[in-house]
Amino acid sequence: MTDTLSRGPGDSPGLGLEADIAPDIDEPKRSSSWARYTLVKAGGAAISMVMVILLGFFAFRIIPGDPVRLLTDGRQVSPEQLDIIRDTYGLNDPLIVQFFTYLTDMLKGDLGQSFVYNQPVTELIGERIGPTLLLSGTAALLSIVVGLWIGQRAAWKRGSFFDKANTGIALILWSVPTFWLGMLVLMTFAGSLKLFPTGGMMTVASDAQGFDLFLDIAHHMVLPVLTMAAVVYAHYLMVMRASLLEEMSGDYLTTARAKGLREDLVRRRHAVPNALLPTVTLIFMALGGIISGAVTVETIFSWPGLGYLTFQSLSQQDYPVLQGTFVVFSAIVIVMNFFADLLYRVLDPRLRK
Amino acid sequence: MTLPDNKPDTLAMRMVELDGEHVHTLDGKVSARRVVWNRRLSRFREIMREVVSTPGGIAGILILAIAILVAIFAPLLAPETDLDPTKVTSGVNEPPSAENPLGTDPLGRSVLSLLVWGSRISLLVGVSATLVSMIIGTIMGMAAGHFTGVSNAILMRIIDFFIVVPSLVLAIVLSATMGPGVLTIIIAIGVTSWAGTARLVRSQTLTVESRSYIERAWALGATDWHIINKHVLPAVMPLVMANTTLAVGSAIIAESTLSFLGLGDPNAVSWGAMLKSAFSTGAATAGYWWYMLPPGLAIVFVVLGFTLLGRALESIINPTMRGR
Repeated sequence: MTDTLSRGPGDSPGLGLEADIAPDIDEPKRSSSWARYTLVKAGGAAISMVMVILLGFFAFRIIPGDPVRLLTDGRQVSPEQLDIIRDTYGLNDPLIVQFFTYLTDMLKGDLGQSFVYNQPVTELIGERIGPTLLLSGTAALLSIVVGLWIGQRAAWKRGSFFDKANTGIALILWSVPTFWLGMLVLMTFAGSLKLFPTGGMMTVASDAQGFDLFLDIAHHMVLPVLTMAAVVYAHYLMVMRASLLEEMSGDYLTTARAKGLREDLVRRRHAVPNALLPTVTLIFMALGGIISGAVTVETIFSWPGLGYLTFQSLSQQDYPVLQGTFVVFSAIVIVMNFFADLLYRVLDPRLRK
Repeated sequence: MTLPDNKPDTLAMRMVELDGEHVHTLDGKVSARRVVWNRRLSRFREIMREVVSTPGGIAGILILAIAILVAIFAPLLAPETDLDPTKVTSGVNEPPSAENPLGTDPLGRSVLSLLVWGSRISLLVGVSATLVSMIIGTIMGMAAGHFTGVSNAILMRIIDFFIVVPSLVLAIVLSATMGPGVLTIIIAIGVTSWAGTARLVRSQTLTVESRSYIERAWALGATDWHIINKHVLPAVMPLVMANTTLAVGSAIIAESTLSFLGLGDPNAVSWGAMLKSAFSTGAATAGYWWYMLPPGLAIVFVVLGFTLLGRALESIINPTMRGR
């Protein structure tokens, strides 16, 4: 499940449909060798990447209207000047030539020139990828730890107050649009209570160094991280809970109990490791949702990352930048999914032979 | 669905099709179509009875009934002139008062009226986008489960791609290239959100097709189309229905997100667009809670309704899921 958009639109909420926990879609042969497995997965990732690059090119070539018109919007420009601008962006070439230039440039790491900033797109993205990885990485880590821990507790004590309260909270958080939660958090903790800064990554014009700088950034991160984590942890909680419930009827747990193991050990040593297996895939698949969260959360908190850049380029119709962020965001998710596939094989001994 | 399935349409069958009231064929037997229809109707009634017997299901139905009624009777609940900034008399950003129970927006319009009218776009986009997504997902899923070889490999690659690619970012790209508007949002959400359904339908298709009645159908000379249309489709439909209900909630959140990012119809009133104007006019830092809370709560309310109903349906269709 992607995303539901907002957690991937589309991401239809995988609140535990059976097939959600089904094995990977590629279903590699169990006994296939490491090399073969890696190759198949890498091939799949490469094909996805090629499709992203193709989509990135063609989506932005079907835009109705002339991008140069937008660029010179409201200004007096002679036809000769228009022609020069078109030439600069290579818009006069035939489509196939444009496509070839796009491909060769991309291989060189050149994503084109921004309409608005007069700066290479690669440079713009390079400046902002760090803050995005910091923000989403922290939020992902927090939601994985909290979501999985509460999820397995809730499943083990199915029907208890703990279970009902946490499932209820998760269902409500699942129904909350991330950007609205961000606005509420902003209004309450930054606007009214003034406990945290309203936006940005560090205090403007401060010359904090070392540990002070770290504290300053951490202070700015609290609200956006909590906002992003709140929605994602609910997803992980539901997935982990469903996955452990699936395991709980297993005969091997009865055996473990019959051996005289304490209930706690049965859960920690036997049930949870098995339940984690399908969860791992879903954690990585939900990364697309975290990225989607980054777009709105960074916008709300003016966090200087890729998501905020996406929003800005969208509102300024800076298509080369939008194309660049699309390719980079997708590349991040594709690479992470590839790692998830490899990790899955390490974790599941049945796939190793 | 046994006997007449393989027979070509007879005159009698066509009569049934033309006039739904005449259920008896010329030779006096009850038509197979009617039998199937009756059986599905009774199954539907049975499911609805079970849904209203669970607290979650009944809460979901109530919430959705309220939302749908508000959307239908919007013109009665709030006059359309309330939405026209040139015809309002209240000041801008006024806190709640007797005249405007939820205060006013930055253009002086009543937030309550905007809220009532906004339900239309949210429900319309949520349901339509989900339909688009379900149709694509069901067709792709059944095809990927049914066919083998090269076509299967290609289908799987496409599904895998749409599972991996961050759908909000793709939807932003699609909407940016198609220009803002309601239809744009419907297409953008529908086209980017079907992969989960396709995955689900595919695994169900594989399960169904491994059963022996499919082998029997093959042996009787059934075509691919017959197998998919008459055997696989009815078997995956219940699952798709439960999934659809859950997906509408996600689609509504997606709609509000895209509207918030400025990709919706600039003239239409929607909950997402209200939040966009709240954000861009600084309502969050200025503390205009009456303009920020209601649209968001409305979204949560409706999404929760779809989620509760979807989960209730899911647990009935798949009893092993009960209590999960």
